[in-house]
Amino acid sequence: MAAPELRSINLNINKEQHVLQVLPWVSLLDALRDHLQLTGTKKGCDHGQCGACTILCDGKRIVSCLTLAVMKDGASITTIEGIADGEQLHPLQKAFIEHDAFQCGYCTPGQICSAIGMIQEGKAKTRAEVKELMSGNLCRCGANIGIIDAIMEVMEGGSNE
Amino acid sequence: MNNFDYQRAGSFDEAIRQITAKNDTKVVAGGTNILDLLKYFLTSADRLIDINHTGNHHDIRETESGGLHLGALATNAETAYHPLVESRYPLLAQSILAGASAQIRNMATNGGNLLQRTRCYYFYDASSPCNKREPGSGCSAIPGYNRIMAILGTSEHCIAVYPSDMSVGLAALGAVVNVRGPQGDRSIPFSEFHRLPGETPHLDNNLQHGELITGIDLPQKGFAENYSYLKLRDRNSYAFALISVATGLELDGDIIKDARIALGGVAHKPWRIPEAEQFLTGKPAVRESFAACADIVLQGAVPYKYNSFKIEMAKRAIIRNGMMALDPSSQLPGAQPSV
Repeated sequence: MAAPELRSINLNINKEQHVLQVLPWVSLLDALRDHLQLTGTKKGCDHGQCGACTILCDGKRIVSCLTLAVMKDGASITTIEGIADGEQLHPLQKAFIEHDAFQCGYCTPGQICSAIGMIQEGKAKTRAEVKELMSGNLCRCGANIGIIDAIMEVMEGGSNE
Repeated sequence: MNNFDYQRAGSFDEAIRQITAKNDTKVVAGGTNILDLLKYFLTSADRLIDINHTGNHHDIRETESGGLHLGALATNAETAYHPLVESRYPLLAQSILAGASAQIRNMATNGGNLLQRTRCYYFYDASSPCNKREPGSGCSAIPGYNRIMAILGTSEHCIAVYPSDMSVGLAALGAVVNVRGPQGDRSIPFSEFHRLPGETPHLDNNLQHGELITGIDLPQKGFAENYSYLKLRDRNSYAFALISVATGLELDGDIIKDARIALGGVAHKPWRIPEAEQFLTGKPAVRESFAACADIVLQGAVPYKYNSFKIEMAKRAIIRNGMMALDPSSQLPGAQPSV
């Protein structure tokens, strides 16, 4: 085939407009990390199995490894870098710290973005439903109990017991 | 991934022209399976045609015949949480929500779900012979570690299972797949959409070259009173099924008037045996009826070295899911066993 051609795409990322030159096969994840140095979004498995690369695209949580940057031309993206309000942490960020909801921290950005998406979806009411609807985010350190505790606290605005 | 070109199609007709005009042109919609396959070098493309911007295939609406039309490009999440699917076809909603993860269901489309490829370990290992990936190279699963493989409808060329949960729900409901191709539009009953491996395991379904799924039609009857999707797997969530069962019952008191039972995780397509469903008609909705029905469904099952457990597991799953269908309020998130 002919030489690969760079494509110009527009992405609104964390409320800032960006114009990127990307090759067609660059994933949204690689565009965020390698083209924009937004390395808060993590590459775990790169196959949609771990959830570490979860971001919000037009308000919905998706795995950024299984979509191409060119497919998202014109989209609005929120990454972990965009959820705090200045120095004021997002309630989920605070809750994750309070509940010790991580050890190595590699899955945390994906966990938090996924939890934001899940809360917006409004389908999880019980702890069992939260566990089910967060199952696309794996934590290999075993901090899952703290993670679910933190999410439950934010959902309920208080204790999860 | 190999290097490929990318284009957005403005319509399905344009996409069909692009696919048929050039070899190795493939379609991308949700992307969740094809990008996975491309990254593992299990498939390749010179060009991807993005059909997400074709306008009119995202809708979910009632049909003139009283059923429901699911647009091919509606996402799995949009479909499962659509008020008409939740209220009229909760069995379909359950089966969709038992599959993949919330993130992937936000991306994956209905058409793409039907076209996803097997997760057979050997298909996914490019260094292993696999008749599905490379026709004529041999099947590594038959002499290999075949715990997750099929027990029904296998051939000496392939024992892979088809992975979609949504399709098990659609099979039970008797859906129809609408497709468009170079020769125009046609409709395929769900039971005839996917194929058994036979001599041609590289073919998963009966789509012809250049044909795209435009939508899925559900018949009027949704079994919304008594239904259940049960999925048994190696972890409680976000894993493919070892065995899954979709059951829909229409009851007259304690007597079964009409029944639908489809199995996942057992074959190269969703497994549905009309004779087993007819057997249940007129029988009391009790364990013994489902047990006798399960024997009919599993007739002819052939185990391989590591998956003989699946025969008994499938029978017990049919019985248990029959009991779960009697009381949908007892069911748990994630299609887990209850009752």
